[in-house]
Amino acid sequence: MKLTVWTYEGPPHVGAMRVATAMKGLHYVLHAPQGDTYADLLFTMIERRNHRPPVSYTTFQARDLGADTATLFKASCQDAVDRFQPEAIIVGASCTAELIQDDPAGLAETMGLSIPVIPLELPSYSRKENFGADETFYQIVKTLAQPQERTARVTCNILGPTALGFRARDDVEELTGLLSEMGINVNVVAPLNATPSDIARLPAAHFNVLLSPETGEAAARFLEKNHNQPFTKVVPIGVGATRDFIKEVVAITGKSVAVDESRLRMPWWSRSVDSTYLTGKRVFIFGDGTHVAAHARIARDEMGFEVVGIGCYNREMARPIRALAKEYGVEALITDDYLEVEAAIEALSPEMILGTQMERHIGKRLGIPCAVISAPVHVQDFPARYSPQVGFEGANVIFDTLIHPLVMGLEEHLLTMFRDDFEFHDDAGASHHGGKAKAKVEETVDAPAQPQGDNVIWLSDAERELKKIPFFVRGKARRNTETFALEKGLHEISLDTLYEAKAHYAR
Amino acid sequence: MNVPLPPTNGGCRTAPILKERGQREVFCGLTGIIWLHRKMQDAFFLVVGSRTCAHLLQSAAGVMIFAEPRFGTAILEEQDLAGMADAHVELDREVEKLLARRPDIRQLFLVGSCPSEVIKIDLARAAERLSQVHAPHVRVLNYSGSGIETTFTEGEDACLASMVPVLKDTTARELLVVGALPDVVEDQMVSLLTDMGIGPIRLLPARRIDDTTAVGENTVFALTQPFLGETHAALERRGARHLAAPFPFGDEGTTAWLRTIATEFGVSEETFEAVTAAPRARARKAIAQAAEALRGKSVFFFPDSQLEIPLARFLTRECGMTAIEVGSPYIHDALHGPDLDLLPAGPQISEGQDVDKQLARARAARPDLTVCGLGLANPLEAEGLSTKWAIELVFTPVHFYEQAGDLAGLFSRPLRRKAVLQMEAAE
Repeated sequence: MKLTVWTYEGPPHVGAMRVATAMKGLHYVLHAPQGDTYADLLFTMIERRNHRPPVSYTTFQARDLGADTATLFKASCQDAVDRFQPEAIIVGASCTAELIQDDPAGLAETMGLSIPVIPLELPSYSRKENFGADETFYQIVKTLAQPQERTARVTCNILGPTALGFRARDDVEELTGLLSEMGINVNVVAPLNATPSDIARLPAAHFNVLLSPETGEAAARFLEKNHNQPFTKVVPIGVGATRDFIKEVVAITGKSVAVDESRLRMPWWSRSVDSTYLTGKRVFIFGDGTHVAAHARIARDEMGFEVVGIGCYNREMARPIRALAKEYGVEALITDDYLEVEAAIEALSPEMILGTQMERHIGKRLGIPCAVISAPVHVQDFPARYSPQVGFEGANVIFDTLIHPLVMGLEEHLLTMFRDDFEFHDDAGASHHGGKAKAKVEETVDAPAQPQGDNVIWLSDAERELKKIPFFVRGKARRNTETFALEKGLHEISLDTLYEAKAHYAR
Repeated sequence: MNVPLPPTNGGCRTAPILKERGQREVFCGLTGIIWLHRKMQDAFFLVVGSRTCAHLLQSAAGVMIFAEPRFGTAILEEQDLAGMADAHVELDREVEKLLARRPDIRQLFLVGSCPSEVIKIDLARAAERLSQVHAPHVRVLNYSGSGIETTFTEGEDACLASMVPVLKDTTARELLVVGALPDVVEDQMVSLLTDMGIGPIRLLPARRIDDTTAVGENTVFALTQPFLGETHAALERRGARHLAAPFPFGDEGTTAWLRTIATEFGVSEETFEAVTAAPRARARKAIAQAAEALRGKSVFFFPDSQLEIPLARFLTRECGMTAIEVGSPYIHDALHGPDLDLLPAGPQISEGQDVDKQLARARAARPDLTVCGLGLANPLEAEGLSTKWAIELVFTPVHFYEQAGDLAGLFSRPLRRKAVLQMEAAE
């Protein structure tokens, strides 16, 4: 048992629902107790879908337990097929049904349905949502994809985008546009908006674009092995990654193209003098592996930030994230416990967090600006406006997203210059962050000193000086000074120690 | 004119009930934790369940999850399923850690889920054992909020029922008011009763464990929520007597509810009038304003919280609506009877659910307003039906006089919004 308040991922059957809801003409018959239908509202509320997810639940109750539940499952299955007339169905069990061992797969197979029945084995007590989506999509592709001739023109499939995918809707549109500029048509996008008959046509494409490894990699590997389709390894999030992706596609197709970059504004925005103050901003990055890897590159190479920590919650991506962390000279944090993430952020005291909905709240608690770069996200990150992450427009979107939470350059200087100002002091917070300006409270310094950290004592003048340092760097200054004092074998921090440490760590 | 007259065409108490079984689109009882943990300020709710349970709670609790909530899920892992002996050791360890981290916790609820019920982890025994280990500082109780046993608000019922056996004994003639209400509403209720000279008033649940709620042969109890069937039965087993009344929604419901208690305690007509006249007038005025958009409109209730019957009574009698179907997950005559008596005959009363069949009935009837859960609301809006999502009725203060206008307002807002939105090009 493990005590949990927040989970980054749902159970695997929610991953299967993300595939089913993404598709059309497919129905999911889920053996699950009453109450598990809560998952519907993720799709109808967070993603604001205008239809019910194509999922039939058996919603068994205590009185049904026993032999009855198997009959109930078969009845639900028949009912769903009759009512919704899908081209194919997927069948599986949620965590409770997994325990009562009704074997949905076997039951559905004996029914003699005239459409393909795709059984799912999703181990609820050891795996999670992303695995559920990846495995479901793989099973669907494995069952339905038919060997066939390649299309006459060069085409590709886009694999991986699902329902409840972070910016999946706009990423598909942006990517389709980019490929089209390269003279490549999209054969099928799957699972998002694909039908089972579309899945059958997947092998007609010349290659696959793996947009979302978390939810499409198993299918991509299957198609590579069984239908001889190579798939792209670079996810085109960020300017450099997009350019690498274009190169990769050129290498696969042998087509040489000039892609129009006239709409790409991000590099100039980042080079312009207004962005100079971004240099060396210390960022902590957490989310799903794919988005974390992409954003680490953007942060360091395209925004000029310093990456002080990276990590992901999905163990499936632990290996590449560890390798990446090594490359960036930082410690990788692979965990699905938000308290560990919070502790890491507190210890590193970054100036900015790039993360999920959870890190947004951690940032709020610690007073650190945060931008959301990865699922899980709340309703505001399924925006009405066009906001892809991939490609050149994605790079423009990301630049805006990353700088918005930061205190603006001039404001930062003014806060440093006038840090003792009675109206414009650092506790007032950034001018564009809402909330009322707080009047400055005269701080009394406990005389003579307070022990901090490992027996290092702050003398009152140093403590007072520390409080004059802008809030967004104060934590770092405190830590650096204490480390410096310990290294020098000092047990007291005076004003001089503070400034010696500042000089020592000066960049 | 204090007792509401039954409708002239007869009520719904004896109307045939459409009982359906099939797919149910409802929450499980775990959801009750979300409001119970706010109400009981020294309680922690530990669900023993799966990742699904944790995911449900975080989906239903929304942003509350980030406010250091006093609930959590002990997620069962593969090894917990293998050997049952382990489960108790594991649970003891997790509880130990939890109580060390939160020394302010005085009552701990071990909440059963579908997985823990199916593999039959004996949480009752665990609660007894842990109670002994952590006594007297912490009391450990157990109830089930599993979907196989409970629907949505029944989670509160199961929780309160688990507390009844451990309530202190009393021989005093006391009024016990049962059902978790927002503090502001509870205070209004207590002050109305106190002004009539009724007291002492005991509350279940109390805000803290130290509050003295006791029960015995001379206790009479009133329910503020229609979903407390098990608690009702548990209190009767302790010898307490139920004061059956319509539920305190709207002017009529509140008055009838108060009157039942006033009669029991021999409050004079003059006192009753003096205490209720002013708030009644306020409630009527507020309802009249908010209900303008509702008059003459039809309403269709999907089953959700068991609040449907009293709310349908309020909307039809005080807001001028017509009910087409009133669905409830469970109907309990001792609890819902008084409201069914007052609900004008006509609507289909249904118990249980086969969601697809019920959707077909709603589509055919095209009600002006459909009260349903969040999984159905947007899809129905997209079909052109106006909806009021039902969970808000549980999370918002809606009981008693001062909230009567707000209650009507919750139903009129979707209709007003529909009228307000104009996206067509100007002529």
